[in-house]
Amino acid sequence: MAAKTLYDKIWDAHLVAEGDGETILYIDLHLIHEVTTPQAFAGLRAAGRPVRRPDRTLAVADHNVPTEGQALGAAAVADEEARLQLLTLERNVAENGIEYFPMGDLRNGIVHVVGPEQGRTQPGMTIVCGDSHTSTHGAFGALAQGIGTSEVEHVLATQTLRQAKSKNMRVTIDGTPAPGVGAKDYALAVIGAIGTAGGTGHVIEYAGEAIRALSMEGRMTLCNLTIEAGARAGLVAPDETTFDYIRGRPAAPKGAAWDMAVAHWKSFFTDADAVFDREVVLDAAQIAPLVTWGTSPEDVMPIDGRVPDPTSFATPDKRASAERALDYMGLVAGQPITEARIDRVFIGSCTNSRIEDLRAAAAVVQKAFLEGRLVAPHVRAMVVPGSGLVKEQAESEGLDAIFKAAGFDWREPGCSMCLGMNPDRLAPGERCASTSNRNFEGRQGRGGRTHLLSPAMAAAAAIAGHLTDVRDFI
Amino acid sequence: MKPFTRIDAKAAPLALSNIDTDQIIPKQFLKTVDRIGLSKGLFYDFRFDEAGTEKPDFVLNQPAYKDAGVLIAGDNFGCGSSREHAPWALLDFGISCVISTSFADIFYNNCFQNGLLPVVLPAEAVEDLMAQARGGNHVISVDLAAQTVTAPDGRIYGFEIDPSRKHKMLNGLDAIGETLQKAPDIDVYESARALDTPWLERA
Repeated sequence: MAAKTLYDKIWDAHLVAEGDGETILYIDLHLIHEVTTPQAFAGLRAAGRPVRRPDRTLAVADHNVPTEGQALGAAAVADEEARLQLLTLERNVAENGIEYFPMGDLRNGIVHVVGPEQGRTQPGMTIVCGDSHTSTHGAFGALAQGIGTSEVEHVLATQTLRQAKSKNMRVTIDGTPAPGVGAKDYALAVIGAIGTAGGTGHVIEYAGEAIRALSMEGRMTLCNLTIEAGARAGLVAPDETTFDYIRGRPAAPKGAAWDMAVAHWKSFFTDADAVFDREVVLDAAQIAPLVTWGTSPEDVMPIDGRVPDPTSFATPDKRASAERALDYMGLVAGQPITEARIDRVFIGSCTNSRIEDLRAAAAVVQKAFLEGRLVAPHVRAMVVPGSGLVKEQAESEGLDAIFKAAGFDWREPGCSMCLGMNPDRLAPGERCASTSNRNFEGRQGRGGRTHLLSPAMAAAAAIAGHLTDVRDFI
Repeated sequence: MKPFTRIDAKAAPLALSNIDTDQIIPKQFLKTVDRIGLSKGLFYDFRFDEAGTEKPDFVLNQPAYKDAGVLIAGDNFGCGSSREHAPWALLDFGISCVISTSFADIFYNNCFQNGLLPVVLPAEAVEDLMAQARGGNHVISVDLAAQTVTAPDGRIYGFEIDPSRKHKMLNGLDAIGETLQKAPDIDVYESARALDTPWLERA
């Protein structure tokens, strides 16, 4: 039998039917939220079609929820359109018997934090959600992909997805990282190396000793950002780190079923002689703390570097994009990036709002605090935990007290300022050190300037008042 | 879904790479429960300034391109967010075909669900079409059945497309209806799967 990759194995295990070009693939878990589902449920209703497997569907409210006053419920949300979307979701899940964690429920939060946290995300699964960062769940060795609203409707009606198979790419990261360097830097390094379209048409499997050494939170950050490299899905083969994370979570298998599940999960790995369509190799030891300078996630540079000169880019198209990006970002070619004075800091998003992310940021803040340093006076800094449970855990560890004492705003969970669909957003011209995933023009608010970086780097920037090297803070 | 067969329409050049779906339709227009009326948000930050006044320089605001039916864009069009509001907004504006050297995967898929044809052509072809679209005569023809794009000067470029997607697009077929015809296969799969992974059965 031909050697298979992890992706091949998950794909083969979910084949329902094959046609010309497209395959009907079974979907194990469908995560839904308020923004990309109203039109899908309306379509089902118009066609008189039921939801096939409400038990394999889980709903949360995350994209447009405010990050304060959540206990008051959806009906109290001030934004009329957001309120209508939230209430529409409530109606749709109630009519179809779908499990739902409403705003204010301790279990609610960002969909890609909640799935793993509840143990719903498991190795070998196929997972979809109407959100591009569904790639996050690939950290568990699950084939997890973002889909559009028409496909959401298709999955609700059939529990399957019609799809052509992608190619296999492997990114191997060996070596040991320097202190202050972690999963966010690996991800930005990969995007910088292959570009935002580098993974188009591929599923990326991450391998190598630096990946094995990552926690589940780190692997989720890495797989989350895979979509920013153009690949719909990222994968890390499941191992003991994975099993330890899942064990004991609400939806994790229990008793004899646990052993059966682990045996099943262990079958999901890439065969030694499997062939990838493309291989990329990076050395963790060569990766510095990274930050973006432009308006595409591929615009990465080391924190101790200088802003690139647009004339140094290869094609006219790239030169024009770089010039436009520098103009938008208010930066000058050749200037040290650490000169960029910031107005806002955002620690949160499906990329970096889990407990380990908050611990990493809090460690930097606490050390500075003990040296008498607070958030710089001109900076507004906020921390938005990824879920109610992350928030509770952080509070039980006293992390909220550290953040608040240093001058951070401690918020309630949600997507928050990652995409500015809710009240949290940048004003025109404001510069933000952000742990989120997209530095697109206007992403965090019209005219807002986003620098992507790790939670520890964001914390350091909050204290310094400008982008700064976290290695000076640890 | 409205079928796509052939169009003869004005083509608007938008020579930028990595146009993401946040730029195609910004977040404030996603707070809707409808698929219609989204053209008001299309390329909003390109088309309007902060006061909501039209920016005359932007290509779709120029009289020659206001009624464009085809967009010619730089590499990696539609990257970023999975929002299907992007193809909905383009269609609502009257654009039913986008030509580029490459598209992001999710956007590309979303187009086919809605009768918006994404055409991939080599860089030289896109550059030629872009240059011609900037000229006085910028009407091009896109023929899905023949898989060709005819430039204003009559030059013909062929393009590739997946046969099953082409078939659905030409006939405006409903993917859900087609998959539901395979319901017995889904039933069989689910029964077998329940034995393999019983811990996933929650019902």
